[in-house]
Amino acid sequence: MDLLSKFYFNYSKIIKTIKIYLLLAGPGMIVMIADNDAGGITTYAATGAKFGFNLIWFLILLGPVAYFVQEMTVRLGAVTKHGHAEAIFSAFGSFWGWFSLLDLTLVNWLTMVTEFIGMTAALSIFGVPPVITVIVVIFMMLGIVMSGRYWTWEKITMAFCLLNLIYVPAAILLHPSIGDVLKAGIIPNFPGGFNGELFFLLMANIGTTIAPWMIFFQQSAVVDKNMKEKDIPWGKFDTAIGAIFTIIVALGVIIVAGTLLHGMDIQSGAQAAIAIMGTHPWVGTLLAIGLFDAGFLGAICIALTSSWAFGEVFGWAHSLNYKVKEAFWFYVFFFLGLLTAGTVVLIPGAPLVLITLFVQVIAVTLLPAALVFLIILLNNEEIMGKHKNTLFENIANISIVMCIIIISSLYGISTLFPNLFG
Amino acid sequence: MVTIETIFGERIGNAIHESTGKIRSINQKYATPTIKLSGGAKFALLLLRLYLIFLVVLLLYKFWTIIHGGVL
Repeated sequence: MDLLSKFYFNYSKIIKTIKIYLLLAGPGMIVMIADNDAGGITTYAATGAKFGFNLIWFLILLGPVAYFVQEMTVRLGAVTKHGHAEAIFSAFGSFWGWFSLLDLTLVNWLTMVTEFIGMTAALSIFGVPPVITVIVVIFMMLGIVMSGRYWTWEKITMAFCLLNLIYVPAAILLHPSIGDVLKAGIIPNFPGGFNGELFFLLMANIGTTIAPWMIFFQQSAVVDKNMKEKDIPWGKFDTAIGAIFTIIVALGVIIVAGTLLHGMDIQSGAQAAIAIMGTHPWVGTLLAIGLFDAGFLGAICIALTSSWAFGEVFGWAHSLNYKVKEAFWFYVFFFLGLLTAGTVVLIPGAPLVLITLFVQVIAVTLLPAALVFLIILLNNEEIMGKHKNTLFENIANISIVMCIIIISSLYGISTLFPNLFG
Repeated sequence: MVTIETIFGERIGNAIHESTGKIRSINQKYATPTIKLSGGAKFALLLLRLYLIFLVVLLLYKFWTIIHGGVL
């Protein structure tokens, strides 16, 4: 009897913990999985196709990197109750505020174009015309955000996050040899030596792991969800779970590409799906569905990031808990961002390749600033109180931030000057 | 006298006036930074400015090379 009651007690405790987590889960999970956007999937597919399983160790290392950066936004949002854009204006004045806001808007818009490129290309594989994709996607996104409840948006978006895990069954369908994957991928190595091509792909993987919009998005989402200081441990846990999921998705893509496309030069996720479709229709189909989902998640989160940021600074009502009438400009901004980005993809002869390259260049102008502001704010005792960075967090975060700044800058510069690294 | 209203019409003119007024009020609201910056933070911001100037120069150089027959 005593054993039974103990079991029941522990069981209830676990169920209660899961229920609390499901209530508080959201921003961390969504930001991490949406990070595997259309551009991210393309980068992973290109990495797997070029170097097989050999760079898996590097992707695993990127999980903690993303976690350490993003957990800072949880603390900052929960303590200050301000989004990152507002926090920059308030703490550093209008010069840095405007710079961050306008740069964020530009880079977000360009990234949204790349998400629409991914979505239209993915559905084109199934014969859906791009114009239909763009219209349906915009209406779906409007439907999701205009529910008038943050909770509804979050849970629907989390369902799309689960769909992102489609790369895992795709990899399992190929029956990869676990021994081969572990042998090639777990021990750090640089296949073919440390050359320019390898360096470019390493930089691209870092560039896709930490993007400027992620910092602004998670902080605003934490504020909109009304997370309090006592919820910070849950927010961190949610971010850690999200980081694990993001790596699992990346590994799924790498295993698929490394198994079926090894030696090919992959330029886009859709190209990878089409190439696989011929020999493994199911895997190719899952890859195409995953690519659409990745673009969808990226676009909805990025469009929201810009709307939240502008709402914070301009003083508009800017919460998903408001109806359209109550937060008119917030929703208009969201809609216009999506509409213009989607329309660009439909323009015949639009410079889409140029836009894709330009995203990387503009991102490196904003990312270092956003990260430096984050570190400074997290070290301010007046703002953060007992939640300010500890010595260990500072050592970890400052090292990570410096590495990201250097590598993402080199990535942006190498995009501008492709022959720079050989 | 040529005003914004005569060029764009009254409704758009009013919207432009409202927007510029809003931007001005944002600039006033956030005119002075609210946090006290340590020496390290000031140094980091200085480096950030220099970094951004470097990137702008790089972008201008790229632009110049494209105009003078280069490729992207």
